[in-house]
Amino acid sequence: MNIWLVMLLGGLITFGMRFSLIYLFGRLHIPETMRKALHYVPPAVLSAIIFPELFLHDQELHIALDNFRLLAGLVAVLVAWFSKNTLLTIIAGMLALFLLQILG
Amino acid sequence: MNEQTKNFWAGVRAELPLLIGVFPFGMIYGALALNAGLSKPASQLMSSIVFGGSSQFVTTQMVHESAPGFVIVLTIAVVNLRHMLYSASLAPYLASLSTRWKMLLAYLLTDEAYAPSIVRYEQEGVTPYGHWFLFGAGLALWTNWQISTALGIFLGTAIPESWSLDFALPLTFIAMVVPVLKNRPAIAAALSAGVVALVAYTLPFRLGLILAAIVGIVVGTLLERTGDSHL
Repeated sequence: MNIWLVMLLGGLITFGMRFSLIYLFGRLHIPETMRKALHYVPPAVLSAIIFPELFLHDQELHIALDNFRLLAGLVAVLVAWFSKNTLLTIIAGMLALFLLQILG
Repeated sequence: MNEQTKNFWAGVRAELPLLIGVFPFGMIYGALALNAGLSKPASQLMSSIVFGGSSQFVTTQMVHESAPGFVIVLTIAVVNLRHMLYSASLAPYLASLSTRWKMLLAYLLTDEAYAPSIVRYEQEGVTPYGHWFLFGAGLALWTNWQISTALGIFLGTAIPESWSLDFALPLTFIAMVVPVLKNRPAIAAALSAGVVALVAYTLPFRLGLILAAIVGIVVGTLLERTGDSHL
């Protein structure tokens, strides 16, 4: 298959999935349980993205004091919890990682 | 400033920290695509035709391995399956829009546009011009992705890995998820999804992410049902 055709089909399918439920909502009856379940999409998806970035190193679980990304991530969690400030959280996390890399 | 503009720029602002993390990925993608044997126009246009980071990396890899076209298309579909979750999650907040708006916002819907937007919508509920926030966030990311792809194609990966700029991405997601953890079901959803994501990480096509998300959603919903919703 031609690469342009591959990209076009891949793009159309991707768009279709992104559009699907935005389009169908209101046209379909959505049960109450499903509506409630949707509120758990953000915590579930975001954590599923975050955890591997912090805990895995070369696809291996790495829980130790020399896992700087994990430590810096924990600093960010604490700062986020107490400050509720996005920018502060990112700065604290990046700074923690830089310092750990320099000192470690 | 009117409400549209205000919401638009709030979306752009919320997207800024994510752009720092995404930029190096765009450059790496551009450089890899060229390396894998894609032409310059194809490498660049994939960033607007498919507009999905993980799926573009996988496509590049598969083109390099000369995989059959239909296998690549199928892989793109599976890798991007998680967008259906985002679509469902945002749908209630976009219900009153015209089909044209819905199409535009669906095209711009990525992990990085979804995250700040859903956090905002859950705080503010449905507002008349709220969709401009998602539009601002999505357009900022789209522009950033096109530029970083182009730079990757023409300059290669010019940002040193030791700068760890990619770490800005999980950090931003942390800043977004922590305020969402307001009760036990939400915390349980986050922890269970995180643990499953670790265990299932080696599954192909980012299926581990989808599995983890589904487990988290089910755990949160079940806990809420049993009424155990207070800290």
